[in-house]
Amino acid sequence: MKIEVLGTGCKKCVNTAEQISEAAQSIAVDAQVEKVTDPAVMMRYGVMSTPAVVIDGKLVHSGSVPDRETIENWLRN
Amino acid sequence: MLEIFTVIADWLAYATLGLDPESRLGTAVHFFIEDTTKIFALLAVMIYVIALARASLNLERVRAYLHKRHRVAGYFFGSGFGAITPFCSCSSIPLFLGFTSAGIPLGITMAFLLTSPVINEVAVVMLWGLLGWKFTLAYVVVGMAVGIIGGMVLDALRAHRWLQDFAAKAYEQAQATTADTGDDDAQSTAPQRLTFQQRHVFARDELKEIVGRIWKWVFIGVGLGAGLHGFVPEGWFAANLGAGQWWTVPTAVFAGLPLYSNATGVIPVLESLIGKGLPVGTTLAFCMSTVAASLPEFTLLKQVMQWRLLLTVFVILLVNFTVMGWVFNAIAPWLLTGGA
Repeated sequence: MKIEVLGTGCKKCVNTAEQISEAAQSIAVDAQVEKVTDPAVMMRYGVMSTPAVVIDGKLVHSGSVPDRETIENWLRN
Repeated sequence: MLEIFTVIADWLAYATLGLDPESRLGTAVHFFIEDTTKIFALLAVMIYVIALARASLNLERVRAYLHKRHRVAGYFFGSGFGAITPFCSCSSIPLFLGFTSAGIPLGITMAFLLTSPVINEVAVVMLWGLLGWKFTLAYVVVGMAVGIIGGMVLDALRAHRWLQDFAAKAYEQAQATTADTGDDDAQSTAPQRLTFQQRHVFARDELKEIVGRIWKWVFIGVGLGAGLHGFVPEGWFAANLGAGQWWTVPTAVFAGLPLYSNATGVIPVLESLIGKGLPVGTTLAFCMSTVAASLPEFTLLKQVMQWRLLLTVFVILLVNFTVMGWVFNAIAPWLLTGGA
């Protein structure tokens, strides 16, 4: 699956991307994690607070660093 | 209620450490202990309580609410929401675009964005604890006024012409189709019902996050303040920088510009400066300038604004701070009496 982390490059966004990569590795899910800093993309998804997470083109989360459990749920589905 | 921290500092600095209350080191250490204990206690209580109350507030709802306001009321509400909404500078871009692409007038968005970093629970708690409620009130009024006036001026200049192209397009489109976005918002933003447990978890996380981020600034700020307090003689500023001549205010604004700091680091220093006779308006102008007009944040906004707009916002801020400084120097006698 393709996972995009939307954010302007702050610490929380970097954290979010790292956590997702880590989680994907540990439960052996093939996920491609990418950081997106382009504001036009955020606008298109209607994201107002970052970090936001988009999975296969669908916005699933915004405004905070998601916890491990939430991340694993995304990865398993 | 806050005297308890003076008592703690008396006991620790003088009784336990055996420092002389008359000595420079003694007063500096006393200042440091009193302020750090007071600030951390106030922060812990206030951040938690405020976070409990606003756990269900989110930006989508704020936006939907602003949508329905009349233009003039919009500036006040924009600024007011900016004051109570938690805000991190890295969110300024998506927030700006979220508001703009929903067709909220640029001036109202800017009223929100200009007020937000200036007024937050941390700044308010520290000002109230260290400088008294009158100064705090003045700070909040000024902070909102800067946002409201800034927003109005930008709209009067039709500043939305100077957005970056993609943002300007989204803005115009939304202006043309305001009616249906309003309906969408109403649907997607039905108030969340939160249990107390959920609120508690939110508030606890907020507390951890904020204190984790600012604790060093408290120590640095109070440390500097304590140094000034103990080692700079009374009345030094009045003697050397003049007692509130008009030019001290713009000078303070410019001096504050390159200092990129947050309220936590600045306020303990201000406490000392005012104690040493720096005029209140001058101090306030300096404070606003360090906290609100920070260059790193401005360069972020370049992604959505053309240079011309960025520069305009910047000039508006500087002029506002200066005028506010003059006004506050004029009403200074009222501000610092009986408030602390």
